[in-house]
Amino acid sequence: MVNRAGVLALQGNYNQHKRMLDVLGIKNILVQYPRELENCDLLIIPGGESTAISKQIERNNFRHPILNFAKTNSVFGTCAGMILLSSSEKATNLKPLSIMDFKVDRNAFGRQVDSFSGNLCLEFDNTDSFNGLFIRAPKISKLGKGIKILATYKKQPVMITNGRHFATTFHPEIGDDYRIHKHIMGKINE
Amino acid sequence: MEQGTFEVKVGLAEMLKGGVIMDVTNAEQAQIAEDAGAVAVMALERIPSDIRSDGGIARMSDPIMIKNIQKTVSIPVMAKCRIGHFAEAQILEALEVDFIDESEVLTPADDNNHIYKHDFKIPFVCGARNLGEALRRIGEGAAMIRTKGEAGSGNIVEAVRHMRSIINEINILSTLSQDQLMAQARDFQAPYLLVEQVAKIKKLPVPNFSAGGIATPADASLVMQLGAESVFVGSGIFKSEDPTSRAKAIVDSVTHYRDADKLAIASSGLKSAMKGLDISEIPEDQMLQERGW
Repeated sequence: MVNRAGVLALQGNYNQHKRMLDVLGIKNILVQYPRELENCDLLIIPGGESTAISKQIERNNFRHPILNFAKTNSVFGTCAGMILLSSSEKATNLKPLSIMDFKVDRNAFGRQVDSFSGNLCLEFDNTDSFNGLFIRAPKISKLGKGIKILATYKKQPVMITNGRHFATTFHPEIGDDYRIHKHIMGKINE
Repeated sequence: MEQGTFEVKVGLAEMLKGGVIMDVTNAEQAQIAEDAGAVAVMALERIPSDIRSDGGIARMSDPIMIKNIQKTVSIPVMAKCRIGHFAEAQILEALEVDFIDESEVLTPADDNNHIYKHDFKIPFVCGARNLGEALRRIGEGAAMIRTKGEAGSGNIVEAVRHMRSIINEINILSTLSQDQLMAQARDFQAPYLLVEQVAKIKKLPVPNFSAGGIATPADASLVMQLGAESVFVGSGIFKSEDPTSRAKAIVDSVTHYRDADKLAIASSGLKSAMKGLDISEIPEDQMLQERGW
């Protein structure tokens, strides 16, 4: 079980992740400075604009602290956060952290007009499907060794783990279904 | 699979929080905005301060200009249509812009009705000066609210007034008992169910951003501390002496809006801000915020 979660609060939907952790009764802080990682055992990188968050990671000297943190702790990235966790190639204004061995295509479904919600199958909970919200979402284009699929949409992987870190192409922090956060929080330090 | 639902529209607004949306008039400016760390750009032919000085009718931008900007940047591209001009909005939807701003900065096309925004798959943002106006727009389907401020003025006073009104009215609403909410809905001229929802959740049901007169890092920090979840900067960047530095400084000041040390760094050494206008210098019939109801 997680002791204290940090939510990276440089840009994006960090407050809704915080709200979910609050409801689940999990101690958490919004992380704005690298030193604030010290007392956390999980870092959530939220959705937002991946280029904007990537810029703030570099400008605020977060890159090495996050990479060090990820050696012994867990990171959970959603949408833009997942793009940053990936080992995708660098692009203009975007430097992924290569914390997990997979690649993504950004905005793979198209523009906002192509954003959608759909029913996902969770591998760890088959009681009911999960309403996944895909906002200008990325698609996983390549999965490395040791990556396990935790959720699928139309048989395509949308939530993955390498045992330590977690990533979703959609937004589990939106809405009132807490199962994904609950599952991940339970897996930390297991 | 569901597309264009209110949930999907608000979803994009949620992703733009804690960021800066910049007005740009060409692909080069859009690139400067993205490089500075903007979360989105607003594509328009003339920025508000030029619209103000040029006079005449301000309309939707040329689709070619919008397409050029879409080709240049990967962040969301927004565009403005006139209040009530649903045909312009249909064209912007066909262009697949990511957000439509039904904006008082352009000349209104309908002096009575705003667009019924639930008819569209693309999310809309609308301006508001107070809670009643915000809830009327949300009732019509707006997925994001921004203060109107006074666009193109470079003067923050109106945006502050509007943000304080919205936040104060939410605070007061949340103290009322159930039997007072209908009378309040009547006074606000707003849908009862939305009034009831705001009283319960103590915030707008959609993200609440600030726009209209933001010109400096300190301005951005001020509206964020008053309760804005993101800021729009119109004329403030590309009417300043050094847009590249100012764009980055305003982005950094939104990320660290409560950290005065970081704000001091962001505010340092910027060349001149846009000149700006005192509100009393603007003739009453040229006040953009009076457009819409």
